[in-house]
Amino acid sequence: MSEVVVEVRGLEHTYMRGTPMEAPSLKGVDFDVRRGETVALLGHTGCGKSTLVQHLNGLLRPQKGRVRVLEYDLNDPKVDVKALRRRVALLFQNPEAQLFERYVGDDVAFGPRQLGLSREEVRARVREALEAVGLGFEAFKDRLTFTLSGGEKRRVALAGVLALRPEILVLDEPLAGLDPAGRRHLVELIRRLKSEWGLTLILVSHDLEDVVLLADRCFVMADGRVVLSGTPREIFSQPPARLAEFGLQPPAVTAAVHALAEAGLGVRRDCLTVDEAVSEIARALGMGGKPWTSSSCCAT
Amino acid sequence: MASPAEPIVRLEGVRHVYGPHGGKGVEALRGVSLAFYAGEHVAIIGPNGSGKSTLAKHLNALLLPTEGDVWVKGWNTRDPRHWRDVRSTVGMVFQNPDAQLVATVVEEDVAFGPENLGVPRDELRARVDWALDVVDMQAYRFRPPHLLSGGQKQRVAIAGVIAMRPQVLVLDEATAMLDPLGRRDVLRTVEHLNREAGMTIVAITHFMEEAALADRVVVMHAGQVVLDGPPREVFRQRERLQAWGLDVPHVTELAARLHALDPAFPPDVLSIEELVETACQVWAGQEKAL
Repeated sequence: MSEVVVEVRGLEHTYMRGTPMEAPSLKGVDFDVRRGETVALLGHTGCGKSTLVQHLNGLLRPQKGRVRVLEYDLNDPKVDVKALRRRVALLFQNPEAQLFERYVGDDVAFGPRQLGLSREEVRARVREALEAVGLGFEAFKDRLTFTLSGGEKRRVALAGVLALRPEILVLDEPLAGLDPAGRRHLVELIRRLKSEWGLTLILVSHDLEDVVLLADRCFVMADGRVVLSGTPREIFSQPPARLAEFGLQPPAVTAAVHALAEAGLGVRRDCLTVDEAVSEIARALGMGGKPWTSSSCCAT
Repeated sequence: MASPAEPIVRLEGVRHVYGPHGGKGVEALRGVSLAFYAGEHVAIIGPNGSGKSTLAKHLNALLLPTEGDVWVKGWNTRDPRHWRDVRSTVGMVFQNPDAQLVATVVEEDVAFGPENLGVPRDELRARVDWALDVVDMQAYRFRPPHLLSGGQKQRVAIAGVIAMRPQVLVLDEATAMLDPLGRRDVLRTVEHLNREAGMTIVAITHFMEEAALADRVVVMHAGQVVLDGPPREVFRQRERLQAWGLDVPHVTELAARLHALDPAFPPDVLSIEELVETACQVWAGQEKAL
């Protein structure tokens, strides 16, 4: 098994600590990520997931508990946060709102330029990052940022962090607000970042449909704690009512097979994709089609 | 669904071009003709950049057509003398709740719109009460809006708009930034306004599941209306929708794939309830056959 690159133990955080407005956000979180893994952090608004990820590149420091990311000990007040942030990139929600340069090429180049790299090196990194997000370097480097579509802007923002060549990438609600085609493109892109760049990915989301397609492991947070963890299949085979307790909604396909099983049809409840559900329902209804097994479907 | 002969909002050959006067602009709407009738619940879907939001902004004269006309209850939106009437007939809720809340206390925020319309004090109180009841935010009336969740803020924004008693409520991706619970509550509120208060709803959305709840789905692509009909008919066009960068609800996709395996399974299922019912019928049919 690969090394653990993020290790969080008993992390607590209270906003406005020591004032009458005190608001506890994290109440003892354990969380870990291995190199090359894609981990999803799930939970509804206010569960503490954003507070947790802000600890991962030193935007917040542990008040109680321990946080280690790569070889950086965030409990050490003298830790080199600047070096850490070159290796751990955080892309906030709606990053398209954060594009500020006039030209696409300059926007992507902003980070590498801050690193003090040579002109050629900056250019090479911008080229690599734009190609990685599926925007041709020659076609896009001189485009005006404000003329791009929403999906293109989001990819430019992503290229901006990839140009820093991080090892760990945290994406907050990466698919929110995109149209179906934009979502499909970005899912493919994130998969490629994983397989070709070997990035360790942490996806923060309240939309379980997205996560099903991407994550190796999920952590469900509620009220400042991790309340469930496991593979997507383990999480979504939970009864929908239990997920609803944590403010989550199972993917539509999973909800459909749960409902069919409740109605007495002999189908497995842990289907995650349309493909799986189709063959499972077809089998139960004697419509032919091959039954699937969890090992065969995970490859999709 | 009541469909009297006279539409409440009518667009005729609407073109809209953004950009420099005289120069070459971006043509966001290329000849759109549509009619919305009192009491309808219409969903508008379309890929990013297809002109949905531009269309929405024409419905209450936030934008005026470059060519063509928009009529709201017979008022042409080009006529500035009727802008007040047009805007009190058609209310708008946008994507970002933070950008729409103005006051420091929920009830003041809800009162802001009707107060500006000159609604007398007693009536104002009654309207704020009603609006907060409808969106189920009565318990939060003295809270500051910035401490609410996204879904709660969006419901306050809706309350502020319906307190002006519009006949048409336009929602421009009003659920896009919400989590599943927030989205569910907002959808329930909208459903309630349509069913109980008879309000005409025009909802722009990227969520196909949401569009399936409407009476009618309008599909936009490249500035034009390319499909318009009941959700069951629109979502039968799976290949065309996917070619436009759209999709069908997951449950519909599931049913279509089952239909391909066995034509006895109907392809045009829109909800989980329908799927269960259909599967049980197919199942019962087979038991009989055996």
